[in-house]
Amino acid sequence: MSILIDWTHFTPLAALCGGALIGIAAAVLVFFNGRLAGISGVLGGLLSAAWRPLAAETSWRAAFMVGLLLAPWLFRVFTPLPVPHIEATTPLLIVAGLLVGIGTRYASGCTSGHGVCGLSRVSPRSLVATPLFMAAGFFTTYLVRHLLVGYLFGGGSP
Amino acid sequence: MKMFTALSAGLLFGLGLIISGMADPGKVLGFLDLFGAWDPSLAFVMLGAIAVASGAFALAARRSVSLLGLPMKLPTSRQIDRPLVFGSILFGIGWGLAGICPGPGIVLLGAGFTQGAIFVAAMLAGMGVFEILQRRSAPT
Repeated sequence: MSILIDWTHFTPLAALCGGALIGIAAAVLVFFNGRLAGISGVLGGLLSAAWRPLAAETSWRAAFMVGLLLAPWLFRVFTPLPVPHIEATTPLLIVAGLLVGIGTRYASGCTSGHGVCGLSRVSPRSLVATPLFMAAGFFTTYLVRHLLVGYLFGGGSP
Repeated sequence: MKMFTALSAGLLFGLGLIISGMADPGKVLGFLDLFGAWDPSLAFVMLGAIAVASGAFALAARRSVSLLGLPMKLPTSRQIDRPLVFGSILFGIGWGLAGICPGPGIVLLGAGFTQGAIFVAAMLAGMGVFEILQRRSAPT
């Protein structure tokens, strides 16, 4: 199997610039708040506060989440939001969400916490976690797009 | 002030996800579909983010308090354990199914897409399962 690059969809410059912005966001949070910008950790911390409200710092976590929720609206002030392509059906979204929720909490991090912040800090845990979730992602997408779709839907897309 | 900086960080993070195309699950699946027509953009997003963040974390590591005088609370664990390994694999499977990880999920919800709301609701339920299992195995 060889890898074919999809040149029509590949956007290296936008990717680098958007990525740099994500890096700046992580820098702002660590310099001013002294905390790590990992989305699953921030969200999990908020949820965990439901069990032990006194132990958790909820205010900065909530503010960070509000910022993330409002980002598309700030973007829309300047230019229309690009239309996302969501292939997943409702049952698939539910299964995917459940796995992402449980998995990121056991792994103590996701693409942002391990993939961006952890790799930036050369954390040994992130150096293990990132290749693992990437490999699992490659394998699952291969299974869904190339094996299951053809098998379940006779070559058509769902 | 700490609320304002946290809010700004969230906004910048979300804008970064949108500008880089990572708030579009189709684009993420284009990366994860290594054996289809491969879109390497996600790797470039990580490259751009790590280029900036590695410098920031190196500088931050020399500080004992933040610029706002808050304690630096960054993860210190270096242990490779079972939860890390199995959690990462479960996360990767879920990520590969829909092309959505936590950040883009929240952005899609914020933008008002029903699919984003469904994904985030399920993700919160998953995180709730973790909380319950944690408390059952080690009551605090």
